[in-house]
Amino acid sequence: MTHETVFSGFGGQGVLTMGMILGYAAIFEGKEVTWMPSYGPEMRGGTANCITIVSDEMISSPIISKFDTVVALNQPSIDKFEKAVKPGGNILYDTTTTLKPPTRSDIHIYSLPAGDIAVELKNTKVLNMIMLGAFIKITNVVSVESIWKGLQSVLPERYHKLIPLNQEAFMRGYNAVNVDSAVLI
Amino acid sequence: MGEVKLMKGNEALAEAAIRAGVDAYFGYPITPQSEVIEYLSREATKRTGMLVLQAESEVAAINMIYGAAGCGKKAMTTSSSPGISLMQEGLSYIASAELPCLLANINRGGPGLGTIQPAQGDYFQATKGGGHGDYRLLVLAPYNVQEMADFVKLGFELAFKYRNPVMILADGALGQMMEKVELPPQEPRVNVEYPWATTGKPKNGERRVITSLHIQPEKMEEINIRLQQKYQKMKEEEVRYQTKNLEDAEYIFTAFGLVSRIAMKAMDLGRQKGYKIGWIRPITLFPFPEKIFQEVAPRVKGILDIEMNSGQMVEDVKLSVCGKTRVEYYGRMGGVVPTPEEILENFERMFIKGE
Repeated sequence: MTHETVFSGFGGQGVLTMGMILGYAAIFEGKEVTWMPSYGPEMRGGTANCITIVSDEMISSPIISKFDTVVALNQPSIDKFEKAVKPGGNILYDTTTTLKPPTRSDIHIYSLPAGDIAVELKNTKVLNMIMLGAFIKITNVVSVESIWKGLQSVLPERYHKLIPLNQEAFMRGYNAVNVDSAVLI
Repeated sequence: MGEVKLMKGNEALAEAAIRAGVDAYFGYPITPQSEVIEYLSREATKRTGMLVLQAESEVAAINMIYGAAGCGKKAMTTSSSPGISLMQEGLSYIASAELPCLLANINRGGPGLGTIQPAQGDYFQATKGGGHGDYRLLVLAPYNVQEMADFVKLGFELAFKYRNPVMILADGALGQMMEKVELPPQEPRVNVEYPWATTGKPKNGERRVITSLHIQPEKMEEINIRLQQKYQKMKEEEVRYQTKNLEDAEYIFTAFGLVSRIAMKAMDLGRQKGYKIGWIRPITLFPFPEKIFQEVAPRVKGILDIEMNSGQMVEDVKLSVCGKTRVEYYGRMGGVVPTPEEILENFERMFIKGE
């Protein structure tokens, strides 16, 4: 099985880290991974994204234009990537900051108020973990246990005291995701 | 299994350099390979005492390599296309003076300043000399992050075996992407006394001179002959390549670096549709794996060469098969990466629908 995902949001929201945690988690499950960041002339406040491919076999190209799942942390990411979801694929977005939700009828649309949950947790920096929790719930690309291992590998040791907070954020997202609309495959 | 990490190609290359016991790195930042000097600046000196220096330009960096290599040190640099162009004069001198060194070109789209996206437009520059004069680099083309790491140690072994510059020719995607990589064990930096190294005049020995200037044409020809013998020996002993599905192949897809993976996927898609496609990936671009192409040419209907340039390696493929089968090229340029689907589509257009 191969799952092709793009994580997209504002620079600083931790989208690259989402891909890295997923990547490490997949390695722990013996899978192949490629992680490809957007490395164009990006600027602060601009968008950042990373394409993360997880597969049971060798991955050919790390650069692709159609995705099984798009995880959008802001409005510009929905605008840019909604059309890049494969028919029957998924888009996951944060209702807190979205004015124009996705509208396609041939894909699964999932959402959760990730920004509001982050405020409840009194830490907006864990928004990415909330979204990652929702992503794992809908896709099951890797197990939650592997995500915990990935988190340990990606977070520098001096931040390991923050692992419980990140785990809580992840589980809040995992349990909060709603199905806006679904299609039969 | 060794230590497994998720790393960018640039970081894996840098980490492998530390672990290979490299003595010195001289470089200048340029996208998409700046992570190499960033990583080494952070990690290398404190771990092995390796010298890491940001030169004032690529021209300075390659001449620092010339000096360090002349002392018998393991010296390396990395850059991307425009920076590699600036190094060509120094490379010609190093090749002429027969000194070992390793460099990596994380190829980006050109010509000129071009783009910062992945490309393979520097194939000619890498394999046909690049600078002035009749010289060659030994060129290794990794196709994943693991080989970005593995080719550092291999590169230095070959550089010292032949006393010749070795180039790792990768592209922006291989530099920027993360994959899992199994890291080699740490090797110590060692001081080796080479009979050719200029480390001070030995008390009872001959004066050692490193130069690329020989006014007498007869003397210069002698050196040229020796260089050519060396390149001939590389052709006999250092050819590396990888193949798949050659046994029943009626067609061959060939590509190097990242594109060879995309070509492999295109082959799989083609086989699902019933086309008997095989796959050849040159790992050494110089020396080019001519023999495997000579072997398969008489028994296949055609070879499709796929590159991220306007068709450069295809010339070496054509020279190798010498008219024994049809050779076509498909590619994208300027930083655009082809998809497996478009490769297969163009294969069908050229070979199946018979255009």
